[in-house]
Amino acid sequence: MSKQYETVIGLEVHVELATKTKIFCSCSTAFGGAPNTHTCPVCTGMPGSLPVLNRRVVEYAMAVGLATNCEITRCCKFDRKNYFYPDNPQNYQISQLYLPICRNGSVEIQTENGAKKIGIHEIHMEEDAGKLIHDDWEDCSLVDFNRSGVPLIEIVSEPDMRSAEEVIAYLDKLRMTIQYLGASDCKLQEGSMRADVNLSVREAGEKEFGTRTEMKNLNSFRAIARAIENERNRQIDLLESGEAVIQETRRWDDAKEYSYAMRSKEDAQDYRYFPEPDLVPIIIDDEWIEEIRGRQPELREEKIARYKKEYGLPDYDAGIITGSKRLADIFEETAKICGKPKKVSNWLMVETMRLLKEHAMEPEDIRFSPENLAKLIALTEAGTVNGATAKEVFEKVFADDIDPDAYVRENGLKTVSDEGELRSVIEQVIRDYPKSVEDYRSGKEKAIGFLVGQTMKAMRGKANPAMVNQILKELL
Amino acid sequence: MSLTRLTALELSNKIKAGEATVLEAVEAALDAIEKREKDVHSFVTVDREGALKRAGEVQKLIDDKTLTGALAGVPVAVKDNLCTSGIKTTCSSRILSNFVPTYTAQAVENLEAAGAVILGKTNMDEFAMGSTTETSAFGVTRNPWNTAHVPGGSSGGSCAAVAAEECFYALGSDTGGSIRQPSAFCGVTGIKPTYGTVSRYGLIAYGSSLDQIGPVAKDVADCAAILEVISSYDKKDSTSVKREDTDFTSALVDDVKGMRIGIPRDYFGEGLDREVKEAVLAAAGKLEEKGAVVEEFDLSLVEYAIPAYYVIASAEASSNLARFDGVKYGYRAEAFEGLHDMYKKTRSQGFGPEVKRRIMLGSFVLSSGYYDAYYLKALRTKALIKQAFDRAFEKYDVILGPAAPTTAPRLGESLDDPIKMYLGDIYTISVNLAGLPGISLPCGVDGGGLPIGMQIIGDCFQEKKIIRAAYAFERTREYRRCPITEESKGGRG
Repeated sequence: MSKQYETVIGLEVHVELATKTKIFCSCSTAFGGAPNTHTCPVCTGMPGSLPVLNRRVVEYAMAVGLATNCEITRCCKFDRKNYFYPDNPQNYQISQLYLPICRNGSVEIQTENGAKKIGIHEIHMEEDAGKLIHDDWEDCSLVDFNRSGVPLIEIVSEPDMRSAEEVIAYLDKLRMTIQYLGASDCKLQEGSMRADVNLSVREAGEKEFGTRTEMKNLNSFRAIARAIENERNRQIDLLESGEAVIQETRRWDDAKEYSYAMRSKEDAQDYRYFPEPDLVPIIIDDEWIEEIRGRQPELREEKIARYKKEYGLPDYDAGIITGSKRLADIFEETAKICGKPKKVSNWLMVETMRLLKEHAMEPEDIRFSPENLAKLIALTEAGTVNGATAKEVFEKVFADDIDPDAYVRENGLKTVSDEGELRSVIEQVIRDYPKSVEDYRSGKEKAIGFLVGQTMKAMRGKANPAMVNQILKELL
Repeated sequence: MSLTRLTALELSNKIKAGEATVLEAVEAALDAIEKREKDVHSFVTVDREGALKRAGEVQKLIDDKTLTGALAGVPVAVKDNLCTSGIKTTCSSRILSNFVPTYTAQAVENLEAAGAVILGKTNMDEFAMGSTTETSAFGVTRNPWNTAHVPGGSSGGSCAAVAAEECFYALGSDTGGSIRQPSAFCGVTGIKPTYGTVSRYGLIAYGSSLDQIGPVAKDVADCAAILEVISSYDKKDSTSVKREDTDFTSALVDDVKGMRIGIPRDYFGEGLDREVKEAVLAAAGKLEEKGAVVEEFDLSLVEYAIPAYYVIASAEASSNLARFDGVKYGYRAEAFEGLHDMYKKTRSQGFGPEVKRRIMLGSFVLSSGYYDAYYLKALRTKALIKQAFDRAFEKYDVILGPAAPTTAPRLGESLDDPIKMYLGDIYTISVNLAGLPGISLPCGVDGGGLPIGMQIIGDCFQEKKIIRAAYAFERTREYRRCPITEESKGGRG
């Protein structure tokens, strides 16, 4: 490859909103119901049924728009996107084309090359489709409309990204922001956040964009990174061999690390969009915008600044803890109960992170309560348990959210601080390990560590380490 | 005298006074249906058992004074595009020939709550597309006044059933004149309310931005009473309007002194039948005699209403009817290979030619490259037509004109020439485009003995004005009974 190529990437991100009910009817959005149990005439497209807009959807969309510096469209409308498919009960999707709720926004991302602004072209609201299930036994397809009508927003970026790293940073930024807003849990694997990648390449320095392709079926950040790399190379190979890139939609197969064409531009459907006559325009006044703005929670950047100022956390800690809304929530609540933010931060940064990694869990999966972590911190602070025991107890807290007070009591893990008892055990250790005693006395300070260890072992870890040290030194 | 001669209000009063029972009324209607359906064919479905059962229940509620309303106990016929729980609802289309809804349209629920008894579902043009009730997949409805003629459409079944006294009143729907034109052809009275007055929930949509449900009855008083019951704000219909002024019967006053009535010259030009013109102008004269101020004016833009209407209504219909695909309910082709073949065969076999024509027209005007030229232009035309009416209503309380250019054409005449059929909607269509209320009521008969109808149009939410004008005119003439109802004369007129 003699020429230098630049990759140009824009993203269409679908986010399932966390409303309790669907966008145009009062059916539940809960996962896991038996097929077609969360349905009604509206979300199954029965004749004569009419959509009624769920205001929470508009509010979530506005919240995301405000957090991403968008202009809010004061009079926005829904449009019908017409296409036939059995998972789409009306054979049209109610979406927004002409007047989407948010436009002209941006977010700032951080990569190794520093800060960069990624433009957001628009955010629009729409309904999700049902799910087709193929029955191989009966050789027929069945439709489950439970997801039909679940509210989505689609966030369309400008073609401002130039690498997989920027794409991941952008997605991470969106995910974090939306999670902080409580507008969605944004889980790629479960499909509550879906990203389609529009990608083209051009020679470095070229002003015009190249022909782009759209990549679908990207279910993880890793898959996205791989697909971008793969598609970039595929397009460069085409250009290098004198062939043209065809504008088409491609599907990524992450297992095979390969994408194939789904449909070309020529086959692209004419969606015959037109204004949805069954819904009236949504008029958004200043008052409503201010109400939503007033309800916006503290976002990540604000939290980092506050953690540093209010709790004296170092940059690094504040960054890690606010990297997940769940972690930040646990931190704040625990710190509030025990009043020891630095200690809380340490438990989250070290032990919690270690256990999450060990169990391949995300911070969102944390089950323990701030109350129990606060109790454990209180036990260590009071010297009731020593560090080693505390770690052991924390594993229980992490796994089953047990009450540390009760657990320590029931399992006899309380640190022994009784001087008489400690003294007799230490005297025994000194008798048992004369070699180490000799070493220490001849100046090998480190030997005391071995003796402390043996004492702890004899006490089954429950000894107060400070007292063990003190008594040892005294006896030696 | 047969009970079926009574108006809805008269019948309810008799029942509440204990001079007749709900069962007697239902049986009288069912007898009339039995006798006249072979000639008229107003109904797609007659729910004999359901009506007889319901008669007993309603009677009890009247006897214990739970039901005291103006329409308590009165049997009604419902257009077959209004969903009725447990009763087949077909839109007179093969594609819905087996569709039984699990829910009832809000307007019908309102009637049932007021003590109505549903006799059955009336025939219509397939999916309300047509002006003659000849596009029904289940056979034509004939005009009870002369069964060689059409009843008009698309609510032809509802209007014919009222004229033939097979029911005491009926519900219709009006997208471009579908209540007012067949009312005129059948010599009955019908109202198309202001858009948003009656909930569309459960009305199988044709042109969503134009569709309204309305009453068809023997006279203005019945229509006002029915409209009062079916009007309601409905959270299930986002286009539903909260109105405080739905006490329409309060407008049943025989007084038009000082009322300003505009006669649009545009409605009396070329294409208007001489007899219709004379009868309508004579009606205006009667109102003038009663003290109304009648004046001619130029409404303008009338010639643009038809193309704008057919673009907008067809565009919406092409999308509204997409859901009839053989997947979830209704007709599915028997033999097919794969999904697309199933769609194609189901829809090819399930829809009739007029419906297909409008789906194709609608899909075309929405397709990329044509959207601006057709659909957007039609929307702008619609807005201009509304402005023309706004200007007119600055000067006039109501506008009076014919409901249709001619009386009912003969069967078969319209189908060969759809454009001619479309032109027949010229006086009714702009009312839907502007969202206005309009009433159609009889004002004479032509030389062939067919009824002539006139139309009174009001500004948005001014139903009371049109009801008042219509009521005052109605006082000046006798109700002309359809000859088919004269038992001695028997069937065909």
